Amino acid sequence: MVAILLIEDDPLVRRGLELALSRHGHDVRTAETGEAGLAEFRSAAPELVVLDLMLPGIDGFEVCRRIRGAGDVPVIMLTARGDDFDVVGGLAAGADDYVVKPAQPTVLDARIRAVLRRTHGGSDGVRAHGELKIDTAALTVSLRGETVSLTPTELRLLLTLSRGPGRVFSRQQLLEEVWEHDYLGDSRLVDNCVQRLRAKIEADLANPLYVQTVRGFGYRFGPV
Amino acid sequence: MRWWWPRGLRPRLLVAFVLVTVLGAAAAAWSSAGTASTALVDSAQRRLSDALVSQIGAVTPRLTYPPDQDALDRLRSAAGPNTVVTYRDLRAEAGVEPASDALRAAVRSQNGLVTERVTVGSTPWLVIGTPVLRTAPDGTRTPSGIEVYSAHDLTEVEQQIDGLATNAAATAAVALPLAILLALLAARSVLRPVRELRDTARRLTDGDLDARAPPQGADELAQLTVSINEMAESVQTSMTAMQRMQTDARRFAADVSHELRTPLSTLTAVMEVLETAAGGMEPDARESAQLAITETHRLVRLVEDLMEVSRFDAGTAQLRIDQVDVAAAVADCLRARGWTEQVELAPAKGIVLGLDRRRLDVILANLVGNALRHGAPPVRVRIFLSGTQVLVAVTDHGPGLPKEVLPHVFDRFYKADAARTRTPGSGLGLAIALENARLHGGTLTAENVDGGARFVLRLPREGQ
Repeated sequence: MVAILLIEDDPLVRRGLELALSRHGHDVRTAETGEAGLAEFRSAAPELVVLDLMLPGIDGFEVCRRIRGAGDVPVIMLTARGDDFDVVGGLAAGADDYVVKPAQPTVLDARIRAVLRRTHGGSDGVRAHGELKIDTAALTVSLRGETVSLTPTELRLLLTLSRGPGRVFSRQQLLEEVWEHDYLGDSRLVDNCVQRLRAKIEADLANPLYVQTVRGFGYRFGPV
Repeated sequence: MRWWWPRGLRPRLLVAFVLVTVLGAAAAAWSSAGTASTALVDSAQRRLSDALVSQIGAVTPRLTYPPDQDALDRLRSAAGPNTVVTYRDLRAEAGVEPASDALRAAVRSQNGLVTERVTVGSTPWLVIGTPVLRTAPDGTRTPSGIEVYSAHDLTEVEQQIDGLATNAAATAAVALPLAILLALLAARSVLRPVRELRDTARRLTDGDLDARAPPQGADELAQLTVSINEMAESVQTSMTAMQRMQTDARRFAADVSHELRTPLSTLTAVMEVLETAAGGMEPDARESAQLAITETHRLVRLVEDLMEVSRFDAGTAQLRIDQVDVAAAVADCLRARGWTEQVELAPAKGIVLGLDRRRLDVILANLVGNALRHGAPPVRVRIFLSGTQVLVAVTDHGPGLPKEVLPHVFDRFYKADAARTRTPGSGLGLAIALENARLHGGTLTAENVDGGARFVLRLPREGQ
């Protein structure tokens, strides 16, 4: 059972998703607007947020940014149009994943579980890469002794990449391993998550040390 | 047009002007030179004849008849150089005397002054022959039997005539550049509006419906320009109206599909709940629930396809290029849909293209899905290189596509069989597949081969 906060303005869609997700065994709380959603987020402390993009008042992008600023709770975007603009905006705002409406509850449930599963994995131990320390048992990351706060997706991406320093992962491989998407997942998920991860651990974003781009192939960790 | 006639308007005008000028100048020069030379020759002839007659006249009164050699000599010297004076067998001559026998005969028979022109060597001569008449005291004139033949060099006159011809040629030579200049000016004044019309027509053809030609003057070309401007105006008006209608229609389709998504979201969400609860329902309620679920899925598919078509129509469909191994993508597509067992895959390994993975999958799923649904096994997918293209051919072994259907397979909502409207597809699948192929710069074609239908996707190899 996962404590989910569903922020969706259309009452029928909200109720339908609430019914379906409850049926999948989740504890669903709902909110009608972005403001109400943020208030609910603070009071109920959900494990995951399912967020509609088109909301009256402050929209889904802004809600996502504020949730990101408040902590590491994963966010799955519900995008009504599925147009590129929405997807890009949602990912840039920090969403961990997105589902295009009309979303099948089974798919949504699978994504929810995948996002939450990202905190589990890798062999136990503390790995040090330069000034970066990754504790694969406690699932904490510290840079120069200071703890870095990562979302489950960012953490899982870092764990996957750092498993083999110097090894190149294609976006497709990362999609399959980190997001557990089928082979048609959106490679922009990877790019956006890499950017967010770099913003948290890299000193120089123009010359990243830990997560490096291999042009035309994908990404690799280090070697440091 | 014959081979020598130039094709451009400008050279044609030029050639016409030059021809007219040359012919006109030649005709004028020829006619004036002819007239002038005749006049010159005539006047020279008259002057020389008059001089000879008066010279002879001055001597004749003092002649004795019949004349002796001495008299003839006097007469000859009075008549000047190049003269022959004869009387029966007597003869006095000096210098050249080119008189012909015909002249002599004419002088005798006409009993008067006769002239002729002869050329000896390169020198033109005027030969004047005249009998000397005796004037009786009563005034009657009778031939004396003395004949005077005097030759006069006409070189000077000929030179004058040549000078005239040279002048005419010189005039023509001056007139020719002027004519060419005039021709160029005329060509320019005619061609400028023509060229502007051509440019305007080209811009209109290229889709710049604001293009107009500036009308100048009030000649036929200006009228043509005005007509073309009016035509452009009317085309623009109807194009704008059509485009607005088309845009409206497309936006309506996009809006409708977007609006349908919200209720479909609710339906999709609750259908699963209904599905899990269907087991405990009465049979007719369970069947109703099943129908609702199936139809909801169909509706979702239809709306998604409509949205996709709207994106193509609006030009907002974007490619997201990844390096894709085509054979692996085909295999993935088949595996994801559980078609691996039903389809023979003959891949060429290692063909990697810059492609939008999702769009390639849409195309493949459509082609293979259609082949499995409408054709008969075995369905075969073949990947191979051909020149600058990568070809993916999907062939089935069914009855093939009916002849009348073949040109329409990629049409939206085209149903091959009016009675069989309830196919699982949305009726947009192949239209979307084609748009996706085009977005990649490729093509998608359908044909019938021996015992089946074949769809061939062609993708360009460049940009790998």
